[in-house]
Amino acid sequence: MRIVFERRLEPSRLISILVPILSFVLALVVGGLLLLAAGANPFETYKAMLEGAFGTSYARSETLVKAIPLMLTGLSVSIAFRMKFWNIGAEGQLAMGAIATAWIPLFLLPDSGLPTWALLSLMGVAAFAGGALWGLIPAVLKAYLRVNEIITTLMLNYVAILLLDFLYTGPWKDKEGYGFPGTASFKEIVALPRLPQDWGFGRVHVGLIVAIVAAVLVWLMLTRTKWGYEIRVIGENPEAARYAGISLVRNILLVMILSGGLAGLAGYGQVAGIAHRLQKGITVGDGFTAIIIAWLAKLHPFGVLLVAVLMAGLSTGGDQITMTMGLPAAMSGVLQGAILFFVLGGDIFVRYRLRVVRAVEAGS
Amino acid sequence: MDVGLLISILAVAIQAGTSLVFATLGEIFTERSGILNLGLEGILIMSAMSAFAAGYHSGSLLVALLVAMLIGGLMASIHALLTVSLRADQVVAGLALTLFGTGLASFLGQNLGPGGKPLVGEIGPKFSKVALPFLSQIPYLGPALFNQDPLVYLMYLMVPIAAYLIYKTRPGLHLRAVGESPATADAMGVNVNRTRYFYTILGGMLIGLGGAHLSLAYTPGWTENLTGGRGWIAIALVIFATWDPWRAVVGALLFGAVNAIQFRLQAAGTTIPAAFLGMLPYLFTIVVLVLITWLEAFRKRVGAPAALGLPYVREERG
Repeated sequence: MRIVFERRLEPSRLISILVPILSFVLALVVGGLLLLAAGANPFETYKAMLEGAFGTSYARSETLVKAIPLMLTGLSVSIAFRMKFWNIGAEGQLAMGAIATAWIPLFLLPDSGLPTWALLSLMGVAAFAGGALWGLIPAVLKAYLRVNEIITTLMLNYVAILLLDFLYTGPWKDKEGYGFPGTASFKEIVALPRLPQDWGFGRVHVGLIVAIVAAVLVWLMLTRTKWGYEIRVIGENPEAARYAGISLVRNILLVMILSGGLAGLAGYGQVAGIAHRLQKGITVGDGFTAIIIAWLAKLHPFGVLLVAVLMAGLSTGGDQITMTMGLPAAMSGVLQGAILFFVLGGDIFVRYRLRVVRAVEAGS
Repeated sequence: MDVGLLISILAVAIQAGTSLVFATLGEIFTERSGILNLGLEGILIMSAMSAFAAGYHSGSLLVALLVAMLIGGLMASIHALLTVSLRADQVVAGLALTLFGTGLASFLGQNLGPGGKPLVGEIGPKFSKVALPFLSQIPYLGPALFNQDPLVYLMYLMVPIAAYLIYKTRPGLHLRAVGESPATADAMGVNVNRTRYFYTILGGMLIGLGGAHLSLAYTPGWTENLTGGRGWIAIALVIFATWDPWRAVVGALLFGAVNAIQFRLQAAGTTIPAAFLGMLPYLFTIVVLVLITWLEAFRKRVGAPAALGLPYVREERG
């Protein structure tokens, strides 16, 4: 007797919905075992995480704050993955976006007298351009020289983060900051406005709206334009794309401008919306979490928004148990990784069913 | 130029490159079987952490090495299960392994120290340098090559063994067949899935040795970013090496030399900011990758196993 996978005639809808849910549950079980091993009560810990993430108005707003960069980097990664361009560099593109954002009010137009909206828009454009330029380097190398983009995007992360650290601890460091590692704080007028406080939005800034609009635009682009169609064809069958006369070079460049730019906007939100300066803690691995988000969302823009909030919840919940129970914050990273494992492993059941066949029947 | 300086750079290059050689060899075995394992960085950091933790608690370097190989093999077997049996996308499965490994190593590192405290800052047993009699007396090269820690000597042995195994033995032939054309290998009577499992796990164990060298010899101890992207550099080195163990050594030494020069400059009190020196290995990786890709395209040679990254399903082969 042995167990074989048998291809389903049609992918199962039911199972494609069940897989992410079961994956989440199984990941919690794995995490629970780890917590037990670390001497913590898994149920209490998860309860504390849930409350820390969604339990109070403050917790919910903090989770949304955390979700903004995850949404934008998630969109960034998913649009590139659609084309099977493995952009692992959202983290670095975010860092370059952050640098570009800070450059405008600190150095390019320190006392311009421009209205707030104009300055903020300029900073957004700069952030998009910064991320896009950083994304274009691996794109050009891939498009013209076929250099493996996984390695180049990844290596450029390290370079961008080192550059960011260098700037705020070196030449851009605040001279009047009493040695504080960071740039000078921006003037009041160049902070991204926050969403209505009366509605309990806390620190949530308009970056949230930027992210939602971006998701809608990406969705429209993918489903309603020729460009989106080309991207999907390249992703699903590059050979067919080539025969259809779709330019791979042009699409790689364009997609990476968009992908890098979106990640750059994530940096914009972190700097113009939260930190209001360059300092430690701008890059915290959002560009990597974005990979998990993109895959869990099946690369769908609206799915990305939803999954980003869930992952943000894991993260703020993780911070909560660090503060109150003294457990390592890395717990949320472990859970995120484990969820992805189960989703990856479970996806086979969407396309295949398990069947037990007797040895005689199998003929071997 | 000063010969003494060159020799000392070579000595440091070997130390810095040893973990890269182990990791690159491991990935070469894995990729030769057709499995792309991008979880290398995650395996490397998990095995580095567990090697140090095991050495710290047992006091035995042998136990530490065995644990590192065991953890490396276990991590790799997750990848094999996902990609071989469950036919998951190899790129994403590898990335998942790296994200998981990085998180788990950080989590465990916070708990595995004395009395459930963090491991960071603890001092455990480490491999010290052992000068080999006679060999280390060889003028110039002797002190650089043969006054190293035992894992370096193990690395010296491992490279020819790996090359011999891949090119000159029957299992090596089967390995290459599975990576180039699994359908053909299957027809030859080679069990494709079993071969892929075996070499992915073997690869993980070798990567584990690389992690052990980091935390037990090169920079003894545990810190959260101990590996610093070495796993990714090793993946680039596999391409640089065109899947050949001998060329992997050349690549790893080059990277070790970049590290060595970086330290030299820092020690010499250069005016170049540390951040830019820190960028060197990563920029160097990109430049080398571009050059090698360009060169190989020019020679119309690819070098990658033809079935790399593709799942093999007997009933569905095209």
